[in-house]
Amino acid sequence: MAIKTETASRTDKSGNAVLRGRAASFFLSPATIIIVLFLVLPAFWTIYLGVTNYRLTGFAAVSPEFVGLENFRRAFNDPAFFNSLKVTFIFTLGSAIFGQAVLGFLLAWVLFGLSKRVRNSVEVIVIAAWMVPSSVVSFLWIAFLNGDSGTLNSILGSNVRWLIDYPLESIIVFNIWRGTAFSMLLFAAAVASIPKSHLEVARIAGATRGQQLRTIVLPAIRPYILTDILLITLWTFNDFGPYLITAGGPGQETELLAIFIYNNALRFLEFGYASSIAAIMLGINLILSLIVISSGRKRSK
Amino acid sequence: MVNEKSSAQLFPFSRERGSMKKMLSGGVTRRKRANLAMGLSIALALGFVSVSPASANSVGAVCAKAGQKAKVGKVNVICKQAGSRLIWTDTKVRTVEVAANAIAGGKNAQTASWITNFVIPKFTLASALKGIQVKVNFTPKGIDDNAFKTQLALDLSAKRGADIINLDGFWIAEFADANYIKPLDQVFGKKKVNAWDGWSQMPKSIQGVMTYDGKLYGTPSGTDGRIIYFNKALFAQAGLPANWQPKSWAEILTAAQTLQSKLGADVVPFQLNAGTGMGEATAMQGFLNFLAGAGSLIYDPKTKKWLGNTKAVRDTLSFYNDVYNTRKVGNSEWQLLTGEAGRNASFEAFSKGKLAMLIEGDFLWRGPLNPATGNFKMADRDTNVGFARIPAQNPKSGVNQQNFVSYSGGGGYVVNPGTSQKATTWELLKFMNSEEAILAFMSIGNTVRITQRADVNAVTLPNDPCLKFVFERAIPVTFFRPPSADYNAVSTLLQRATAEIVQGKSVAQAAADYETALKALVGADKVISN
Repeated sequence: MAIKTETASRTDKSGNAVLRGRAASFFLSPATIIIVLFLVLPAFWTIYLGVTNYRLTGFAAVSPEFVGLENFRRAFNDPAFFNSLKVTFIFTLGSAIFGQAVLGFLLAWVLFGLSKRVRNSVEVIVIAAWMVPSSVVSFLWIAFLNGDSGTLNSILGSNVRWLIDYPLESIIVFNIWRGTAFSMLLFAAAVASIPKSHLEVARIAGATRGQQLRTIVLPAIRPYILTDILLITLWTFNDFGPYLITAGGPGQETELLAIFIYNNALRFLEFGYASSIAAIMLGINLILSLIVISSGRKRSK
Repeated sequence: MVNEKSSAQLFPFSRERGSMKKMLSGGVTRRKRANLAMGLSIALALGFVSVSPASANSVGAVCAKAGQKAKVGKVNVICKQAGSRLIWTDTKVRTVEVAANAIAGGKNAQTASWITNFVIPKFTLASALKGIQVKVNFTPKGIDDNAFKTQLALDLSAKRGADIINLDGFWIAEFADANYIKPLDQVFGKKKVNAWDGWSQMPKSIQGVMTYDGKLYGTPSGTDGRIIYFNKALFAQAGLPANWQPKSWAEILTAAQTLQSKLGADVVPFQLNAGTGMGEATAMQGFLNFLAGAGSLIYDPKTKKWLGNTKAVRDTLSFYNDVYNTRKVGNSEWQLLTGEAGRNASFEAFSKGKLAMLIEGDFLWRGPLNPATGNFKMADRDTNVGFARIPAQNPKSGVNQQNFVSYSGGGGYVVNPGTSQKATTWELLKFMNSEEAILAFMSIGNTVRITQRADVNAVTLPNDPCLKFVFERAIPVTFFRPPSADYNAVSTLLQRATAEIVQGKSVAQAAADYETALKALVGADKVISN
């Protein structure tokens, strides 16, 4: 960007006043400093740690050595890393895409046709699941899924050890429950933005609700679907919440990437290795973010 | 910050300590322990006063009027109540903090109660009588040991944290390598440390718990050993003898199967710790003992190599496989639970007669099952619990051709090298290791343990069947964990390998996975495999 020395306001092509030069830098600097301090520097610090053998204890804590790409080589030879990638992939696909997005849309679509009172009360319930603090929620879910005397087993009259025999399924259902509110709200807004007249015309023409959905609603909200899926994918991919329920276990069956990093860093105290995994995760996030941004650009064109 | 010179003036009673000591040890043989601890502490308090070389206006001297102020050299003093006396007291308050993973009514409740109800009030009073205001802080914690360790490492890496820290002996190596802790000599000065008469009562073997690379990093709180506990009533129901002692792994499995067929599904026959939730207990209470019984140690200190996918490792994993898959004489669920829930579940089951045998350290006897203070009180503990040594795979197949094996550990108290209160910290550390303090610790738990002091052990151990068994039968055949900073990470790999077995992976696969991860961890050239 060419920075001109003049500080006066100007107008861009569409006539809006824009700031240039020093004035612009002045207004941008607080945000820039915060971003550099709390986002850019830690990211580079992570990458730096990722090429050392730094540990929290032992010799390597005093004088960490530069080990080049050794940590990355180790990661790509570590079955636990691939297990964690796989678990994260299934978790994201199951809970974010098939779970939250589909359920969120269905809720939004069904509620759209109902009275305002019903709609409001269902929305409050769904949003409540989103708002309760994680520690409280995890405690409730542990009690709910407990194998001996859990609420779910009491209701079903069964004796299933949910968190041990179906750990991944359990945290997927948990995360769907936890995060559907966002998709529902987004889709509710999107559906509400469709001009009433379009649906009216379709109904008069004799279209069923399914046909209305296919021919009018889905095409109209397609950009929102994309945004929703990309955003929740990003969040779910980075999610650490299930740690509070399963701690990544039993064994490593629910060891999401974020949990894998946490375990390596704060349980096994291997900061170097954990940082290299974090750097890989950062890379994956970067790619996902680029997709979000570029899709946003396309839509606005 | 108290410098060394002024601290010498502040504790001018080192001469009197010798005579106090004689009073203490003389009393042990004649009186009952519990009364003794209390009586002696009063004597101790009075003793300090009566023998203090008091002259007007020296710190610690008796004064006349509360609230009066004066100066002793450069030290501001005030006349203050201490116990029943008025003492010239340094106006400065010295604050020290003790960290331990202990909490009343929960984890290590005995330690928590000891620190809160004995160490702090007694030490504060003893100091006050010497004219020193001490404030000892202790924040109770009852968290997973791993989380506690991480917390300590983070504290110390940031040059913060408590002044005196309760540390498991097998963490010493990695904390020392990271310079988080320093040998006592370095922190307090060799002369000062050597001057303490307590060392003469502390056997070298027990000092070994807190020793790394030949240097002593703290004061041990004794040691322990692993044995098989069994429920005599359940054994009797299954027709097994009350003095049961297996001589091979096969005999353990046979007994477990007998229990299973006679007692039904209501009773779990055998608990062998496995999995990552159990944490270090999987290695210490399980894997390492059986590995030693198969003739191998996990680490060779001479070559500095770790044991990879070898016959001993596979045999040990096969034993896990027998217990959890082939014979199904264990409870798989306990091994797979998160955190320490599984281990606690096994304690609870044993205390209620729902588990027939388990391998644990004497901690189980002293702590969780303790009829007075335990988390899982077992009212008939003293009559109904039997002990057996852990057998080698077959007679003479153990390391050193041993028939039986055990593993020992133990913890103690280390000093934060960054402490700003060296003098007070050293006084407190000595106080915590005094005969009086150890006796008080045991009277709180209404139990004894193998302590760091020979004078106490000689008096107390013969009266406790479990401790006597461990001390006389298990300690002689025991092993210690490797003094290597990598040990904890290797232990985690062992935990994972056993978890894989419990979850149904084959022995060959679990052993191969273990070796792959081990090579990635310590380097392929440091792994023994065959």
